Amino acid sequence: MTNGNVPQKAPGLWQKVLDRVKTWSRTQSPWLIHFNSGSCNGCDIEILATLTPRYDAERFGVQLHGSPRHADILICTGPVTRQARERLLRTYEQMPNPKFVVAVGACAITGGVFAGCYNVIGHIDEVIPVDVYVPGCPPRPEAIIDALVILLQKLAAGPKIEEAAS
Amino acid sequence: MTQPANRKRFTVPIGPQHPALKEPGHFAFDVDGEIVQSASVRLGYAHRGIEKATESRTWVQNLYLLERICGICSHIHATAYCLGVEKLAQVEVPPRAQAIRSLVAELERIHSHLLWLGVAAHESGFDTLFMYSWRDRETVMNILEVMTGNRVHYSANVLGGVKYDVDDQQAATIREGLDFLEERTLHYLEVVSTDSLFLQRTRNIGVMDREAAQLSGVIGPTGRASNVQRDVRLDSPYAAYADHPITPVYETTGDLLARFVVRLREQLTSIDYIRMLLDHLPNSPLTTRMPRRVKAGEAISRVEAPRGELFYYIKSNGGDMPDRIHVRTPTLCNIASVAQLVIGQHLADVPMILVGIDPCFSCNDRTSVICQDGQRDMWDWARLRQYGIDHYGTHYTKDLG
Repeated sequence: MTNGNVPQKAPGLWQKVLDRVKTWSRTQSPWLIHFNSGSCNGCDIEILATLTPRYDAERFGVQLHGSPRHADILICTGPVTRQARERLLRTYEQMPNPKFVVAVGACAITGGVFAGCYNVIGHIDEVIPVDVYVPGCPPRPEAIIDALVILLQKLAAGPKIEEAAS
Repeated sequence: MTQPANRKRFTVPIGPQHPALKEPGHFAFDVDGEIVQSASVRLGYAHRGIEKATESRTWVQNLYLLERICGICSHIHATAYCLGVEKLAQVEVPPRAQAIRSLVAELERIHSHLLWLGVAAHESGFDTLFMYSWRDRETVMNILEVMTGNRVHYSANVLGGVKYDVDDQQAATIREGLDFLEERTLHYLEVVSTDSLFLQRTRNIGVMDREAAQLSGVIGPTGRASNVQRDVRLDSPYAAYADHPITPVYETTGDLLARFVVRLREQLTSIDYIRMLLDHLPNSPLTTRMPRRVKAGEAISRVEAPRGELFYYIKSNGGDMPDRIHVRTPTLCNIASVAQLVIGQHLADVPMILVGIDPCFSCNDRTSVICQDGQRDMWDWARLRQYGIDHYGTHYTKDLG
């Protein structure tokens, strides 16, 4: 929007190098933020287990962070409850581009056992776009690592990032 | 520079999304400088409406729904529900099934307390202890997986018994794991009670004496750290606790340190108890026949969850679905004490005090209706039911946009 007056040119050599450096650094340290929008804690403890020594997701440069403004990947668990919906949207909107969403667990994908409860308004991708789905109740830490690896491959494919950013 | 009376108070909001919280909850702390003056709690972000949902599922389906009230203490929720329904249906559960229920419950307590130890250490900035305790927690997760095939929702219970047996090979695996866990727990007990930096964050912080604990109705390990001598496993024994009583653990100081020590010592008693159970597993079938329809009536069941007393009220009208199920979880009793405990403490200690009660919002969250006009009145069952039908009816049909 801001560079609407500037004619679009094919990226120069400098731009290409810069893009490659950006992509490289993004794939080396994707930071996570975790949001629980009504989960039973089962997925949440498996996400924490993924980050602790036996599964050690930090070897991919993945680190759990507190602020959505520092995060690249939003890990969502649970169905979306009426009260958590606004918070989930706000957390997502505060994240800088390019941003990715991983929905962990059956509830995040379909509502799971809580589908139809009066205070559950649906699953994650009814509220925000989801990139990777991890099924299971709860999924094993290996499955969560697999999702992260898929996401890193997605990040490494450079052009899609620019699409997401524009 | 300014008069103390003119000083403005600053409110620090925490949550619903916050690094110190693993689950959504909202807290507002009024601070004067570093010292907390007052606190308010707002919960309900994880409220899903499970109690209402139970009324439209069969007795067996509810077992799997109620297990998912909480991913940390899923077995104990299912146990409380099964005990209540079996009481209503007048079904006698075989002794071996009772023993296996207690066995899984104690394994779950070890897993829950190790998890809590890690999270609490993380809140104090002691991430090394967090990583070590979670590494060792994988041992008990392994044991649970060997027994039941699942890491988190083990689904060991069925109405009228249990699904899984323990054979000699599994018993050997469990014993081996317990030896390792015992050694590590003794090590952690030494760490939390001798590490001088850690002691500065726990000793004499968030002190609750016995009277204060009883006034705010604190239960479970949080209460036992303040010498409130209550444990459902002793006071009203269920499952295998009637035949084999468990040794209770009490501390007297009531500070954060005592809450650490109580939970770690409880782990040791759980380890001993599991060993004893494995030696004395009775021989019997695992399940009995359970009718599809449960006789009309009401039942309550109380069990000791890792966080304290878990209470179920179950009402049947003789059909294949319950008429009403009410769940009161330990966090609901304990959370009110946080608002008292944090007053006068440093803001930096607040996350530790909050975690000290081992809160579990997913168990706890419920909605409340606030009477705006300040009127109080009693609602009978029929009126409450009609209100529920009207309220949920409009919510279901409303465009959610």
